[in-house]
Amino acid sequence: MEEYTLLRQFADSWMLLLLFTFFIGIVVWVFRPGSSKEYNDTANIPFRHQDKPAESKEARP
Amino acid sequence: MSNYIKLIVLGVIAVFAAIATNYARDLAYQVHAILVMLIAGGLFIWTLRNTDEPETFVDHSGEYMDGVIRYGVIATAFWGVIGFVAGTFIAFQLAFPALNFEWAQGYLNFGRLRPLHTSAVIFAFGGNALIATSFYVVQRTSAARLWGGNLAWFVFWGYQLFIVLAATGYVLGGTQSKEYAEPEWYVDLWLTIVWVAYLAVYLGTVIKRKERHIYVANWFYLAFIVTVAMLHVVNNITIPVSIWGSKSVIVWSGVQDAMIQWWYGHNAVGFFLTAGFLGMMYYFIPKQAERPVFSYKLSIIHFWALIFLYIWAGPHHLHYTALPDWASTLGMVFSVVLWMPSWGGMINGLMTLSGAWDKLRTDPVIRMMVISVGFYGMSTFEGPMMSIRAVNSLSHYTDWTIGHVHSGALGWNGMITFGALYFLVPVLWKRERLYSLQMVSWHFWLATIGIVLYAASMWVTGIMEGLMWREVDANGFLVNSFADTVAAKFPMYVVRALGGVMFVAGAVIMCYNLWMTVRKAPAKEASLSVAVPAE
Repeated sequence: MEEYTLLRQFADSWMLLLLFTFFIGIVVWVFRPGSSKEYNDTANIPFRHQDKPAESKEARP
Repeated sequence: MSNYIKLIVLGVIAVFAAIATNYARDLAYQVHAILVMLIAGGLFIWTLRNTDEPETFVDHSGEYMDGVIRYGVIATAFWGVIGFVAGTFIAFQLAFPALNFEWAQGYLNFGRLRPLHTSAVIFAFGGNALIATSFYVVQRTSAARLWGGNLAWFVFWGYQLFIVLAATGYVLGGTQSKEYAEPEWYVDLWLTIVWVAYLAVYLGTVIKRKERHIYVANWFYLAFIVTVAMLHVVNNITIPVSIWGSKSVIVWSGVQDAMIQWWYGHNAVGFFLTAGFLGMMYYFIPKQAERPVFSYKLSIIHFWALIFLYIWAGPHHLHYTALPDWASTLGMVFSVVLWMPSWGGMINGLMTLSGAWDKLRTDPVIRMMVISVGFYGMSTFEGPMMSIRAVNSLSHYTDWTIGHVHSGALGWNGMITFGALYFLVPVLWKRERLYSLQMVSWHFWLATIGIVLYAASMWVTGIMEGLMWREVDANGFLVNSFADTVAAKFPMYVVRALGGVMFVAGAVIMCYNLWMTVRKAPAKEASLSVAVPAE
């Protein structure tokens, strides 16, 4: 099989499936139970450490 | 010890540039060689004078690296005004061809100045804004100082050198004629080095972060840095005709070259002007509104959907060309699907203000950010529509495209950058507030009305010329000559140029306001960071 056809077939099938599954997986992951609490904390990152870096490990919950 | 290595490297570069000046085969290359020789020579002397001096070590690990960001803010404002003025001038050149002065033919005519304008606004204004804000955001959201010490300074000054080489190259005729990728081979190589250093600084800071999670703005910035590196390298694989000249030949040929160019070109829009600026949106809008982003879940889906879809949209630039139909259909479909994540992001940005809409009345900075997201929504609706083959057959090659680009670039990129600058200057120079909010309002309205004049006139002239080009009489002959369409567009060209004048005026007011903020606005009390117990 020539290179073009091979790559084309691969892109049309397995790669498409892989990317699509990955994306669906992310959507499912985002809405997993308990995620809201965690994301609330993450969304508030811009409101911490405005003036200077965190000391050692202090910031990591 | 490291100074000796620096001296060797700088010395070799200076000598090589001197030889290159001598052997140069064209003017652009020669001027660049002289420029590089002077810079490398100057740095050589400067490094030499500082060698073997007693070292004074100051521990900065307890503070953020803001000096380079201050320089970035100044560079953004400076290049912004240059780029806007260049754009307004070439708009007048189109309306009044006499402005292509006879004495400056071959240097300052429209064809030479047009890439100067696009690169100045996209790469100089937008690029500096992205580098400065990304350095600011990554430090604050990682709670860590920039990684790599003075490497950040190398990124800043290296990028300025890239801009100067690119801009002077266009005027002197050193161009590889690829839209938004005009700089010649040695400038491309230099940008690659600077960009890798940028990635290292950015990634290094993310890796040593003190927060557990990587805030969403950093995801967008990182996607921008990585993808632009990939696009830049693939689209610029050229073989120089001679090491002593600027001319090079691209390895791609025919329609593959066209496809790679527009894969690059559209993703320059997608990742430089969209992903990077979305990083800005996800940090500065929450900060200015003083509330977290509307939905963090949506922001994650927004990110993955955007980067998965954008990369495929390029072929819509090549409808009705030698590109196979399936490829241009693919580009069209992905462009239309892209509408969804774009609007998801827009909704996320706008809804961040829910419960704080009253701020729109009192805070002109947040007004600026909101209208920028509004323009983002508008141009990401217009874009997918124009990518549809039937619409494209009317819109392509007309001024409609120009209008679309400018509602995105001036409205979305320009306004969000202005908002970020208004946020950053008081913080970085430790001022209580901006010098004048009234001036921000003036800037807001001048810029908005300017964009509306620009976009509206380009819709009219674009659709008009598209219809005039395809108009045929009862016998099937074309009705209009090309010159007829040019004559018919004149009034709209004048309106467009006036819109540009208003936009420039707004930017000049901003520069004055920011300057006075640094000079005159009351300094922030140093004691503010110390907590005072309540009564």
